[in-house]
Amino acid sequence: MNRARERAPYLFLAPFLLLFLAFGAFPPLFAAAMSLFVWDPASGYASARFVGLDNYAFALTDPWFWQSCGNTLWLALAAGVPQHLVALPLAFWLHRHAGRARHWLLGAYFLPFITASVAVSLTFATLFSTEYGVVNQALRALVRLPLAPDWLHDPALIKPLVALVVFWRFVGWNVLLYVTALQSIPPTLFEAAALDGAGSWRQFRHVALPLLRPTILFAATLSLIGGLQLFEEPYILTQDGRGGSGGAAATTAIYLYRTAFDFGDFGTAAAMSWLLFLAIAGLSWGAHRLFRRGDAA
Amino acid sequence: MSFRTVIVLVLAGAALCARAAEPLTVAVYPNLDEAIRLVTPLWKQRHPDVPLRFIARNYVDHHNAMTTALAAGSGLPDVMAVEVSYLGRFAAGGGLTDLAAAPYQAGRLRDRFVRYAFAQAENSGRIVAIPTDIGPGGMFYRHDLFSRAGIPEADLAISWESYLGAGRKLKATTGAFLLAHPREIKDIVVRAGLKDGDGLYFSATGQILVDTPRFVRAFTLARAARVAGLDARLTPYSTEWNAALRTGRVASQPGGAWLAGHLEDWLAPGTSGRWRVAPLPGGSGAAWGGSFYAIPAASRNKALAWELIQLLTLERSLQLAAFKAPRLNAFPALRAAQDDPFFAQPVAFLGGQRARLYWRDAAASMPALVVNRLDPLAEEVVNAELDHVLDEGKDIAVALADARRLLERRMRRP
Repeated sequence: MNRARERAPYLFLAPFLLLFLAFGAFPPLFAAAMSLFVWDPASGYASARFVGLDNYAFALTDPWFWQSCGNTLWLALAAGVPQHLVALPLAFWLHRHAGRARHWLLGAYFLPFITASVAVSLTFATLFSTEYGVVNQALRALVRLPLAPDWLHDPALIKPLVALVVFWRFVGWNVLLYVTALQSIPPTLFEAAALDGAGSWRQFRHVALPLLRPTILFAATLSLIGGLQLFEEPYILTQDGRGGSGGAAATTAIYLYRTAFDFGDFGTAAAMSWLLFLAIAGLSWGAHRLFRRGDAA
Repeated sequence: MSFRTVIVLVLAGAALCARAAEPLTVAVYPNLDEAIRLVTPLWKQRHPDVPLRFIARNYVDHHNAMTTALAAGSGLPDVMAVEVSYLGRFAAGGGLTDLAAAPYQAGRLRDRFVRYAFAQAENSGRIVAIPTDIGPGGMFYRHDLFSRAGIPEADLAISWESYLGAGRKLKATTGAFLLAHPREIKDIVVRAGLKDGDGLYFSATGQILVDTPRFVRAFTLARAARVAGLDARLTPYSTEWNAALRTGRVASQPGGAWLAGHLEDWLAPGTSGRWRVAPLPGGSGAAWGGSFYAIPAASRNKALAWELIQLLTLERSLQLAAFKAPRLNAFPALRAAQDDPFFAQPVAFLGGQRARLYWRDAAASMPALVVNRLDPLAEEVVNAELDHVLDEGKDIAVALADARRLLERRMRRP
């Protein structure tokens, strides 16, 4: 009887544990093993040959891999930083001044986040279409352009466009995080600041921001992780399945997918996925350290 | 009867049924599911006890699923459809049954198929798949627009220079673009002058060919089209490209025979009668796509799988039915199917042109090329370098030298 009682918790946990082991823990570990082998996918695992860290060495000396890393970092920053610069003041305004409209507005800002990324990307691709897009039509009506901007194909324009879509999708999510955090700050603090003569800006700068620090760290880390794993938006916006002209918007996630499925090199793709993981872990840790040091000062 | 007995009986019954009717599984991409539907009645007659079970996934998903299944050696169907651009990759390993060996001895079937198509499935003496449909190429063009500009069809076909000249005249008079993207010119020119046994990016012995004169000329012509403003800078199969074909902003589009069906079916159904097909400029030969059937080495039902493949590829009536099926429009790889009177009938969508005869001749004169498992990578390397040339003005010689270097790096891999 006692034994059964001891075992019961594990039994109840079993469904989760099994699913986690199968779909959570196993794939990355298997990928780690894969990254040490080279084999021809059409011949199956039987043809696998151990090559040690050769796949990592190859990835780290591959110019396309570095180009994709550069694109990823560019997009993570260009889409990520503005998200927070807009979301913070917007959340403060919603919390302090929007009154009853707050819930409606918050819902509206949050809507892009819960819309499927494929639908969002397709919509933006239509809006920014060179010939038929609303954006270029509007531009033409406002100013006389010698040549309509080719948003989706010009390598100089596709990256900012991808960043814009990612910004638009996630700004509402960050607003929600910040509004939730602001609600946990006692209103008396803002009232005391107001009594001391602090206006909206100073309340935001000297009361809200310092108290939001942990949330900012959390939200920025999420943006960083999401930004470095970016796949759907550039994949669909570029429409060619290769990350745009000359790979202008090919993120690391797109490139490693192509390395596996288009170029048939699963070992190197697995190595790249682990390099990407290490970069994300390292940068997240760095961000954490940076904020902690700020706290101590 | 107790509850437990009922359960046992039901399970036993289910197990028996499952054993009695183990289906033959076929994995295809659209619209080959239509071909499987066409063969089903005949199959049922021959094997009433073996149902056909087919899994149709979209083109990319199908090949990704097959790549993963081959890599893992499990989850494979008995018969697998393979599109030609994946054939080199799938053929390189031992994951597909060698049909040249006994009991299949597919080598004896070689002469019954269009030569170039059968050769695509051969790799150092092994035959890994049997062709079912092909895509012999031609230049689809808007006859109404070119007529309005006073350009005869011959100008499109004589040479690449005359094709680009026609494009300039067309743009000046009608405002329409000659083509969607200069990449399409490159894709045809790199195939010009190839003979049986040659390779596109790699020679039969594995030498890299991406900086040979073929590629220099292809890049030069592509750049000339861009500089003259003749391309609409569109990616084929994007929404914009589709709209451009429908509205006549793009006036010519090279493609395989099947493109006629796609234009009529969904790309530009309102343009019936306005399109024609011309030979590719300068007598070039190129094909777009082509489907094959293969038997994974892991299949447990190889005899039946081979029988089904033979039905699908060697049965004249089925090959013709697949060609006539509007959704499928699969140009037969089986030569015996190509002398049907259907080939001489006018194609209404192409203004009554007897285009099928042209495609048949084009297919017969296509060289049988050697495929390499690194072809997809080489294509991407070349495309990326062409993008640099077109968008950033990179020097062609430098671009092709860079392409060679990138490929050399990959080839040094174990």
